[in-house]
Amino acid sequence: MPKRTDIQSVLVIGSGPIVIGQAAEFDYSGTQACRVLKSEGLRVILVNSNPATIMTDPEIADATYVEPITPEFVEKIIAKERPDALLPTLGGQTALNTAISMHENGVLEKYGVELIGANVEAINKGEDRDLFKGVVEAVNAKIGHGESARSVICHTMDEVIAGVDTLGGYPVVVRPSFTMGGAGSGFAHDEEELRRIAGQGLTLSPTTEVLLEESILGWKEYELELMRDKNDNVVVVCSIENFDPMGVHTGDSITVAPAMTLTDREYQRLRDIGIAIIREVGVDTGGCNIQFAVNPDDGRIIVIEMNPRVSRSSALASKATGFPIAKIAARLAVGYTLDEIPNDITEKTPASFEPTLDYVVVKVPRFAFEKFPAADATLTTTMKSVGEAMAIGRNFTEALQKALRSLEKKGSQFDFVSAPGDKAELLAKAVVPTDGRINTVMDAIRAGASAEEVFDATKIDPWFVDQLFLIHEIAQELAAAEKLEPEILAEAKRHGFSDAQIGAIRGLREDVVREVRHALGVRPVYKTVDTCAAEFAAKTPYFYSSYDEESEVAPREKPAVIILGSGPNRIGQGIEFDYSCVHASFALSDAGYETVMVNCNPETVSTDYDTSDRLYFEPLTLEDVLEIVHAETLAGPVAGVIVQLGGQTPLGLAQALKDNGVPIVGTSPEAIDLAEERGAFGRVLTEAGLPAPKYGTAFSFEEAKGIAAEIGFPVMVRPSYVLGGRGMEIVYDEPSLGEYLTRHAGLISEHPVLIDRFLDDAIEIDVDALYDGHELYLGGVMEHIEEAGIHSGDSACALPPITLGGFDIKRLRTSTEAIAKGVGVRGLINIQFAMAGDILYVLEANPRASRTVPFTSKATAVPLAKAAARISLGATVAQLRAEGMLPKEGDGGTLPLDAPISVKEAVMPWSRFRDASGRGVDTVLGPEMRSTGEVMGIDTVFGTAYAKSQAGAYGALPTKGRAFVSVANRDKRSMIFPARELVAHGFELLATSGTAEVLKRNGINATVVRKQSEGEGPNGEKTIVQLIHDGQVDLIVNTPYGTGGRLDGYEIRTAAVARAVPCLTTVQALAAAVQGIEALTRGDVGVRSLQEHAEHLTAARQ
Amino acid sequence: MTTSTRGASKVPAVLVLEDGRTFRGRAYGAVGVTFGEAVFNTGMSGYQETLTDPSYHRQVVVMTAPHVGNTGVNDEDPESGRIWVAGYVVRDPARIPSNWRSRRSLDEELVAQGVVGISGIDTRALTRHLRESGAMRVGIFSGNSLPDEGTMLAEVRQAPEMQGADLAAEVATKEAYVVPAIGAKKFTVAAIDLGIKGMTPHRMAERGIEVHVLPATATAEDIYALDPDGVFFSNGPGDPATADHPVSVMRTVLERKTPLFGICFGNQILGRALGFGTYKLKYGHRGINQPVQDRTTGKVEVTAHNHGFAVDAPLDAATDTPYGRVEVSHVCLNDNVVEGLQLLDQPAFSVQYHPEAAAGPHDAAYLFDRFVKLMEGQRA
Repeated sequence: MPKRTDIQSVLVIGSGPIVIGQAAEFDYSGTQACRVLKSEGLRVILVNSNPATIMTDPEIADATYVEPITPEFVEKIIAKERPDALLPTLGGQTALNTAISMHENGVLEKYGVELIGANVEAINKGEDRDLFKGVVEAVNAKIGHGESARSVICHTMDEVIAGVDTLGGYPVVVRPSFTMGGAGSGFAHDEEELRRIAGQGLTLSPTTEVLLEESILGWKEYELELMRDKNDNVVVVCSIENFDPMGVHTGDSITVAPAMTLTDREYQRLRDIGIAIIREVGVDTGGCNIQFAVNPDDGRIIVIEMNPRVSRSSALASKATGFPIAKIAARLAVGYTLDEIPNDITEKTPASFEPTLDYVVVKVPRFAFEKFPAADATLTTTMKSVGEAMAIGRNFTEALQKALRSLEKKGSQFDFVSAPGDKAELLAKAVVPTDGRINTVMDAIRAGASAEEVFDATKIDPWFVDQLFLIHEIAQELAAAEKLEPEILAEAKRHGFSDAQIGAIRGLREDVVREVRHALGVRPVYKTVDTCAAEFAAKTPYFYSSYDEESEVAPREKPAVIILGSGPNRIGQGIEFDYSCVHASFALSDAGYETVMVNCNPETVSTDYDTSDRLYFEPLTLEDVLEIVHAETLAGPVAGVIVQLGGQTPLGLAQALKDNGVPIVGTSPEAIDLAEERGAFGRVLTEAGLPAPKYGTAFSFEEAKGIAAEIGFPVMVRPSYVLGGRGMEIVYDEPSLGEYLTRHAGLISEHPVLIDRFLDDAIEIDVDALYDGHELYLGGVMEHIEEAGIHSGDSACALPPITLGGFDIKRLRTSTEAIAKGVGVRGLINIQFAMAGDILYVLEANPRASRTVPFTSKATAVPLAKAAARISLGATVAQLRAEGMLPKEGDGGTLPLDAPISVKEAVMPWSRFRDASGRGVDTVLGPEMRSTGEVMGIDTVFGTAYAKSQAGAYGALPTKGRAFVSVANRDKRSMIFPARELVAHGFELLATSGTAEVLKRNGINATVVRKQSEGEGPNGEKTIVQLIHDGQVDLIVNTPYGTGGRLDGYEIRTAAVARAVPCLTTVQALAAAVQGIEALTRGDVGVRSLQEHAEHLTAARQ
Repeated sequence: MTTSTRGASKVPAVLVLEDGRTFRGRAYGAVGVTFGEAVFNTGMSGYQETLTDPSYHRQVVVMTAPHVGNTGVNDEDPESGRIWVAGYVVRDPARIPSNWRSRRSLDEELVAQGVVGISGIDTRALTRHLRESGAMRVGIFSGNSLPDEGTMLAEVRQAPEMQGADLAAEVATKEAYVVPAIGAKKFTVAAIDLGIKGMTPHRMAERGIEVHVLPATATAEDIYALDPDGVFFSNGPGDPATADHPVSVMRTVLERKTPLFGICFGNQILGRALGFGTYKLKYGHRGINQPVQDRTTGKVEVTAHNHGFAVDAPLDAATDTPYGRVEVSHVCLNDNVVEGLQLLDQPAFSVQYHPEAAAGPHDAAYLFDRFVKLMEGQRA
């Protein structure tokens, strides 16, 4: 039976901004789903507040709403679009929760919208811990297998404390209901921990509910991905085994597909339970993922949880198997059955089968603890990683070592050279799961630990432990070999050793190892991911490398362009770069090239085998890329390699690739260097007559002191060669400078420290532009809402700029063109300017796709990344204007006056992190980027657009209630007008004594509240922190006080995060928020699709 | 490039296909020489069940899953009393087993049972070759002094072919034995052992069936001496075209309208008994992920397969036979191969695949219930 005929239009809800636990994988799933639904002839309506997604590209859906994913806004969209159905299972927990609340508040019924993909009952059964326990019991009654961990549901702290005894004592696991990525869950070993974790969990859970559970720490952990159609056909797409045993969130675990240490009987038992669960829960047209714990001593199976939707694991499983879960889920939702859907890869066989793998897939998480030094880096059941890398090999060792080098993080690869340290200490350290525990384990092995000792310390399955011993033995053999003979070299490569690792062990340079290897003819072959272990011929060139015999890369005629992706998501390099790579692939494919994508991030659209003509799922290291270029050169002509779209990762390879004779298209590696290197770039600026803030480079404290004195405090200090503002700080005086240098002593020894003048009170401006060597296309000018000094990735910005005039834009254009020309850009360039007084300073220039390209593209309805890719391969701006890719006339600097205003807001991961004693980490913005994602608010006026951006990022701005105001001295002046506005809108102001005094003098009444440091008053007057915790404050304005008084602010801001109260940490944000509140109060906030905005803009341009 | 697997034997081994393609690796299991038909199995779990499945008699099994032996060998999972494969080809054998039920390593087990294998070769390249060129004869030669390739090839080409091979009697029990019903006994079934797997009588016993397993040479008289409620024909190795004796026994069962169930080889025998032909598939179905549609319900089940031959019966309509009409009840969705036959006018059916699983999914276990229903129906 084919698809349903009673559905003509479908609303798809995306997952919103990238946050920890909900990342790019939902763009991948959502994009697949939208495309499938569209190709089925349905009208697809999409809502997603995240502009950096492919799914929000105007051609993916028929009506794309970049609007906040809240029930209020989604209702507006439904009222306007009147879709027949709502598909909520592809946008993570956000979409699911939104759909459920719209069901509960009657909106779906009111507009006659049918939920497809999963019904409410199934969602509740899967998500609600108590109901799910019932599901597992019912399954056990039917098939005799599967049980839940002993547990108790609690709604109050008293119930929590009492619950521990019924479970047989500590440790216990706390799991809040209805939170994503396991937010708020953890292990409690005593009552104090329990009170903290459960207290937070009760707050986080929308139903004020937590589950306490017996501890199954150290058990083996597995996941199954299942799909079921309306005819009750069920398939298990993939089994995943966690390298890290129970106790670490699966998103933070190293995971392996397929399961490695199960007999068929045990595996089939998991499969039987999984199938019985999906039936019992009632997911009838879609997928789900189920997690199991298996006792390694007797095989007892505990069902941990299920997600009745497409999840992070399903994205991983799709990439691991070649079975596109989201695509198939979308087809099932509109009525197809599995046997009616063809397997894309074989084209001849149906999707109603279970993929079988003849390779091993390893996923490793990427963390960002270095960004949150105060945060506790212990891995728990709350997910903390910000990204992941996946690798495929023909055996576990190959896949593991490829995955570790894909992380592209210092120290992520096994080190066989430096002294391992003390065995006992290493084993003790390995007991606690942390980022890099696998390296600690390897060091312990190097220090002489036995397999039993490693197992006892970590409970990592002995088979995996033995694989680490295998790697270690090869390293020893490599070290001991008299000569680098072909046998040992081939053996090492077969187990995933990189040329760099071999070089380190042998005391050789990496390139020397490579030369030897090539001379000996030891090169990788490329195998195909084909879902069927070669039983049927694969039509889809989805490749991975292996040191094996036979390569499957087919010859081709068309010239190939190899696009290097951006690797694992991390703070500072995320989905935005994947967006640009995907666009390049689409544009170049249209222009007649064969596109070849290289990437190792399973969450992305770029690693969908449908995106490019060929996909190499490979690490982005020089060695791996050179081998791919070699293989593709043998296959046919290679027009060049694109490095400027995937962020710093491919950019860092540019020069070395060129040195190895690889043609780099677009901006040359020399030009890239020119912009990165301070001195050379300074000369470009001087030649163009452009001022930059004063700066200096110091190698010692003495030098730094001198330079700072000359420039004048405050200064911005940072280590050279850093990403995302890592280690960057604003320093207000000499002692702080000394303290900074002490803290970063390690950095100075390797690289000098850069000291810049800090432009206090300057407006920061971001420009994205295209340059073809002759003509500049100004893509867009973004005005930051926060002042200079906040990392551009963390600050909100508006496009078109809201306070800059035509003269300013003209100056920006001239400067941008001069720099683009001076540097030698062929493609995209991003420049950051600061306007201080009347002087326009150049802060930095990056001759590559920036983080803001997707935002700029969406705000101006121009595909900048596509244009950049074309320019890289020789097209001119004039040509692209003629083709219609760029507007015939004008550009992002000449937007018509009634163009919509777009506001980008960054989303911070504060609530994810706790310090070792369980307190929140501080939420102040600074020059070091910490945001994980972004949202866009788009509307006709700034206030509304800003309000939407806030609603999308953090929840709606309040329109009434109590606002607490406490600002640093330097901000007190600029606070007065917005504070007055708040009062005018009916807010009651609370303030600490100092701020209240200033307000009073300006005729604004504010209630004085006690500081945290003052403690509770004699008559029980509560402190501001207590008031926030009691839910008595609706809006918080708290700007940091430089170095002094920090603690109070810290308490306030972390309380705000814990209670999810909007918290503004700059006065600029306050001013913008006031405009937003005004717009909300007027009540004229509507919704408009990107397609409508674009139509309007195009009309206005003519 | 010669690859090797550390921890495994350092003794060299060569795999030679009858078309001359060779793969060089390391010895795995016993050292020596073996010949058979090269076939690949795509299951990712269940090597112990695969090795002990009598249907693999005289076949050299290539495992597409790279890691084999991870869970060692236990005493519960074998499907028969011994390993039947003629040779074993894996890429990365486990160096240590890890499972709470494991008693010894797979390597030890292969050595103990004298099974010659090879490891460290590009099993995917070999599989692709077999897919494109079809299943063919193969030899594995391991040891420190190996003959030259020409000699090895000549030896491979002298090995017997699978087509025309009558093997069931070689693997079947010589003596009848009884698998008692679990719980109350409801039925008696005579099961003709053509290479039966241990799980099959177990699945019947679970349903209250007392299973009398009879040798492949059993006659109709032997069967009816038991006064069975039903008769079962098992899986087994070899070319169904040679199975004249079981075919004639089955015809007697059909004539007497005793409820009949056949699996795998049993399905081919039913096909032949009904007058259909059987043919050799290019490279067969061997794995545990095959989509089969039950045409009576439209439902798809994921099933375990191990067959190199298939029944040639029309898919589109019922066929008249001396025993009434028969239709194709099950079909493999990958390639439309006949996977099941059902008589419409009397209680007999068979499937080409393995509802007893082991290894494999349990989706098709309902077929044993169907058999029970047939027997119940006959009684009523």
